[in-house]
Amino acid sequence: MLPIYGADIVQNLPQSIDATTALLASEGYLADRALSTLTFLSLSLNRPIFLEGEAGVGKTELAKVIANGLGRDLIRLQCYEGLDASSSVYEWNFAGQMLAMRNGAEQADIYSEKYLIKRALLQAVEPHPTGPPVLLIDEIDRTDAPFEAFLLEALSDFQVTVPELGVIKAPEPPIVILTSNRTREVHDALKRRCLYHWVDYPDFHREMDILRARLPEVNAHLSHEVVAFIQRLREEELFKRPGLAETLDWAKCLVALDVVALSPDVITDTIGAVLKYQDDIAKITGGPATRILEQIRQDMQAL
Amino acid sequence: MADAPGRLPDNIVYFGRALRRAGVPVGTAQILEALRAVKLVGFTKRQDFHTTLRAMIVTRPEHLLIFDQVFAMFWRDPDFLENMITNLLPVITAPAVEKPMKPAQNRAAEAMAAGGGKPRDLPPQELLEIDAQFSQSDVEKLLQKDFEAMTAMEIRQAEQAIRSLRLDLPQLAGRRYEPVARALRIDRRKTVQQARRNGGEILTLAKRRAKPRKLNLVVLCDISGSMTRYSRMMMHFVHSCAQARGSDWAAVHAFTFGTQLHNISPQLGIKDPDAALAAIGQHVQDWEGGTRISASLGAFNRDWARRVLSTPAVVLLISDGLERSGLAALDGEMSRLALQARELIWLNPLLRWEQFSPQAAGIKAMLPHVSSLVACHNLSSLEDLSDHLNGRRMIDHKARLLRLLE
Repeated sequence: MLPIYGADIVQNLPQSIDATTALLASEGYLADRALSTLTFLSLSLNRPIFLEGEAGVGKTELAKVIANGLGRDLIRLQCYEGLDASSSVYEWNFAGQMLAMRNGAEQADIYSEKYLIKRALLQAVEPHPTGPPVLLIDEIDRTDAPFEAFLLEALSDFQVTVPELGVIKAPEPPIVILTSNRTREVHDALKRRCLYHWVDYPDFHREMDILRARLPEVNAHLSHEVVAFIQRLREEELFKRPGLAETLDWAKCLVALDVVALSPDVITDTIGAVLKYQDDIAKITGGPATRILEQIRQDMQAL
Repeated sequence: MADAPGRLPDNIVYFGRALRRAGVPVGTAQILEALRAVKLVGFTKRQDFHTTLRAMIVTRPEHLLIFDQVFAMFWRDPDFLENMITNLLPVITAPAVEKPMKPAQNRAAEAMAAGGGKPRDLPPQELLEIDAQFSQSDVEKLLQKDFEAMTAMEIRQAEQAIRSLRLDLPQLAGRRYEPVARALRIDRRKTVQQARRNGGEILTLAKRRAKPRKLNLVVLCDISGSMTRYSRMMMHFVHSCAQARGSDWAAVHAFTFGTQLHNISPQLGIKDPDAALAAIGQHVQDWEGGTRISASLGAFNRDWARRVLSTPAVVLLISDGLERSGLAALDGEMSRLALQARELIWLNPLLRWEQFSPQAAGIKAMLPHVSSLVACHNLSSLEDLSDHLNGRRMIDHKARLLRLLE
């Protein structure tokens, strides 16, 4: 009774690490070899990916890119403290059930799919016409330990239990990606079921490549300056170091303002796209920013 | 893996054992999965092989470096690594093999001998001799302080008393629910179930309420020279708090600071208090050195606060507040810490003096930011802490000292 996915859907998975890199690159995601290997393994072994790293290094983006690249549905579960089964798996439509009972419906009727409100995890184990979906469990570190424990069942067997209906098992395991900003240590039991990857800030050349791929409209000189400036900022002792997302945001801001080269004034006006804490902004704007900029100019001339 | 080339599977298993010995926890299931993964990826490129094993085995960023080193050594010459580990890591292997049971035995023997006296009857002065060690502030005494060497009968008795203290953390409404007879919220699911049994007639409304949960506890303990007499006591106290946490998921995180900030939460997980304290002593390098309160709080705010204060927590700051070096930044760091904590309670042993007056610049800077200031110089003051946290009895000195400042 469960539809088994056709060979075409299963076979469009990449067959090697290089094919995985190419698939991600075709969607504008330049993954390093380690992340491509991990993605390939996850698709072949049906194991969830656990991505940990600072905010804005492209953890969530990977899920979107895989879903797009493979043409699968993306189901996103944004975590928060107190997330429970009724908001992550399913909920009964109580008002509907009440009305049905008033009208004399039998027990079987009120616990049928008609009154079941499906949430992300249940949606993910259901058959989808485009193939097993991509399930993104975002910022798992924001939930609490009980929810993590609950996820263990869902992630190891790819099944969820609705007591009134029984166990619902995925015909084919979904592609699961968990992300964490590491504001809290996630329990090892959950991590052990996943492929773990620490997503670091990209190095200068990769960041240049990513900026070029994502925002081709930024001229080469400006993008060099922007990336060099951000790379230098990451070496400072900041409360929140700028991620890749901030680099892209900043470049977009500068393009919108028709800036062709960085200057201390421009940096002061637009630093809010890069640094998000008042202490950090106060620390960098003015003298330090000018100094970093001068250093970058010198380095660029030396090239 | 029978069709895998040569002795590769064996070597991967040995590699797992080498990792385990180097301190990375590796399960058998992970090794099996790693074998499958290697088969899938192939054994052609060194980097792919490396990434594959890493993805299957490592689960924490702090293990990445160990993994990389063990990998580099092992896949050159497995025997070489075996020798290296036996030679290089006596700290991990040797003490554990030599006398693993000693601390517990000691205490067991003492417990038999002591026969359950009344440690609380001790004259508190015995514990509280102060050494004027302020002059050491700038010298970092990287001492491996041996806790066992401090034995004095009174200290042992006080420690035992501390172990029996329970810190009663305040509760707040959680975001999960439990069924109760009387409450404001209706449990709709249960109401439907009950109504179904009555032919669709709602006779009673099932109720539920937000399940209370305990606040997390974060402890920042000053271990500088001027705090020596208290920090060891406080370590016992924190350890007993960490061990006592029940099934309500409240977490205890603890940090020590002298010249550097150290996270000692993993060590507090060790059941045996003496073993835990020994592990802390080995982990923390700046025992009885100088103080850099402001720099340490800065490090905590930057690296840890978002991780351990993202859920509501009570922060206990245990320090005498005698800061010399970073006064300028202290105000800012304290205000940031106070903003992130649900309650910031300062435990200061200097309050043992009746006529204590906040003259030190560090104390003046810190005082306005804390929610309350509480003494921690004897057992009874620690006992009062539970009452204070739950608002049953106020033992706050903040208002009084602020008046003195005016």
